[in-house]
Amino acid sequence: MSEVAQITFAEALNLGLDEAMAADPTVILLGEDIAEGQGGGVFKVTKGLSEKYGVSRVRSTPIAEQAFMGAAVGAAVAGFRPVAEIMFMNFMTVAMDQIVNHAAKLRFMSAGKTPVPLTIRTCCAPGLNFGGQHSDTLEAWFAHIPGMKVVMPSNHADAKALMRAAIEDDDPVLVMEHAALYATKGDLPASGHRVQIGKASISRSGSDVTLVSYGKSVLDCLQVADELAAEGISVEVIDLRTIAPWDEETVLNSVARTNRAVIVHQAVKAFGAGAEISSRIHEELFGQLKAPVGRVAAKHSIAPFAAPLMAEYLYTGEDIKSAIRRTMS
Amino acid sequence: VTVHGTIQNFSMEILMPNQTAGQLGSKVTDGTLLEIYRRTMVISLTDVRMRAMLMAGEIKLGYYNVRGQEVLAAAAMTALREDDYLVTTYRGMHDELAKGTPLKGLWSEYLGRLAGTCKGKGGPMHITDTEHGVMVTTGIVGSGLPVATGLALASQLRGEDRVTVTCFGDGASNIGAFHEALNLASIWTLPVVFLCQNNRWGEHTKYSESTSATNIIDRASSYNMRGVQVDGNDGEAMFVAMSEAVAHARAGHGPTLLEAMTYRMLGHTLGSPSNYMSKEYKEEAKAADPLPRLRAALFARGVSEAQLASIDAAVQAELDEAVEFALASPFADPHEVYLDVLAGEVSA
Repeated sequence: MSEVAQITFAEALNLGLDEAMAADPTVILLGEDIAEGQGGGVFKVTKGLSEKYGVSRVRSTPIAEQAFMGAAVGAAVAGFRPVAEIMFMNFMTVAMDQIVNHAAKLRFMSAGKTPVPLTIRTCCAPGLNFGGQHSDTLEAWFAHIPGMKVVMPSNHADAKALMRAAIEDDDPVLVMEHAALYATKGDLPASGHRVQIGKASISRSGSDVTLVSYGKSVLDCLQVADELAAEGISVEVIDLRTIAPWDEETVLNSVARTNRAVIVHQAVKAFGAGAEISSRIHEELFGQLKAPVGRVAAKHSIAPFAAPLMAEYLYTGEDIKSAIRRTMS
Repeated sequence: VTVHGTIQNFSMEILMPNQTAGQLGSKVTDGTLLEIYRRTMVISLTDVRMRAMLMAGEIKLGYYNVRGQEVLAAAAMTALREDDYLVTTYRGMHDELAKGTPLKGLWSEYLGRLAGTCKGKGGPMHITDTEHGVMVTTGIVGSGLPVATGLALASQLRGEDRVTVTCFGDGASNIGAFHEALNLASIWTLPVVFLCQNNRWGEHTKYSESTSATNIIDRASSYNMRGVQVDGNDGEAMFVAMSEAVAHARAGHGPTLLEAMTYRMLGHTLGSPSNYMSKEYKEEAKAADPLPRLRAALFARGVSEAQLASIDAAVQAELDEAVEFALASPFADPHEVYLDVLAGEVSA
């Protein structure tokens, strides 16, 4: 039996970028410190790419998110497929006008004359003790904006495939990368593994309850599913992969079988993605549910620095188990 | 051209109005000045008609007055090629028409009709007309400048000699996006002309109450960028200054911050009060009215009243037809709401 080569999550993302750049000369990268001269990105996701494709296509920018996000929007309007890196998701706030008022709206406001095939990569780092301004998970903000797509991979194969899919997509796509995954090892994705934006995957089949999640939370759900299997509870885990537009069909079909659902994410609960997903499940499957849909999420507070406080802020595996048990009692 | 100051490789120039009859005028052919006049009349007659129809209640839309800035736009855009890119703002009707957006498309969009440049989905603040290089019209002050750097970056990467022009007001020079974009354009030597139409007002606040710099071009030196100030109400000087900035960018020498001095002769929007404008200001603006000045410059070259009257009549006829066309154009099917949100269709 041949061993599959092991790569890190960051390397998987890098492979997606590399393949996209090789396939299409209009793919350019912009962001802070992303070229080799500046270290190949603070998380090394763009490592080696400026040497391979040149610094005119892999451009380190000033620390000026408004400027380089606007430049990415303008280049996209002119027919390029820029990938803009926002080092931490909280820095998206600095570029919100360009993202929300321009990237997301220019296709519509021009009646299709100026599509914006832009990819925005960003890093979410809850639980890494960076404190309040480097730890947020803000997918709901962008999922709320018509004209935006949002994806978040949970595994190495999807990291590479979703990166390529995002770049090839003709609309603005936000790719959320979880910092805790960057250094984790996994199988080198099979060449040709592709993922369609908007398609979820069933990571684990089960019959008693459906867990709906995305990003690193999927791994937490899988672990809980393993542990509960020993107790005789059969948990289905859906990895949404795409948060906007999310795969309602896969989720609703699953919940129609299990009749129970819990949504798990690291963003705070109130007005989060889980609220929308829960609401749609109730709207479509109200009569078939054996319990109200549960939600497991961060507490309604600011991401704290100290580890014990962070442990309180984030959910634990026990929180997921409790939510599942509530649906079964 | 007076070189006002030179610091390292940036230079600041102020083009004096009284030079236009001499050396500047010789750089503008009669044919060019007549074309500037024709474009001025397209803007001016549209502006007059728009205001009349709005005041009469015949049409309904928010209108950002361009009165006073007609010649500036006509001269600046005449210095461009059709394939050069323009990014402008909500007060952009003069820029768009001068760049070549057809009257029928513009009027239909202003009235929200299917035949508009954007099927009525964008409206007056969001004219896009890629065929004539009008790439983005934004309603957010200052945000066009970063977008312009990206359009220029695309041209630079493709090895094209296309130039991107972005228009904004003096008020926009106080927002962060202005400064970030100038810095980026400078370090990347991007082919951009930052055309500041200094009309002395940011909405209802006058220049001196909102802007720390004596001149907007004073800010160019911080970005090691060429800064040029010109009398934007002087068609010949405006054309020359713009041509030089465009040639500079086209040759790969990078951006220019071009400050065109003008006056907003009316309020921020049509119908909004203008009592914050002093009597003295209004008199000064009236004395500097670019329309009689342009006519006088043409007469000085020996152009006849009859020649201008024939241009006026041709533009008026084209305008009448465009307004009639727009009023007769249907609205888009409501189903358009679900199109162009993303590629393909979105569900309700």
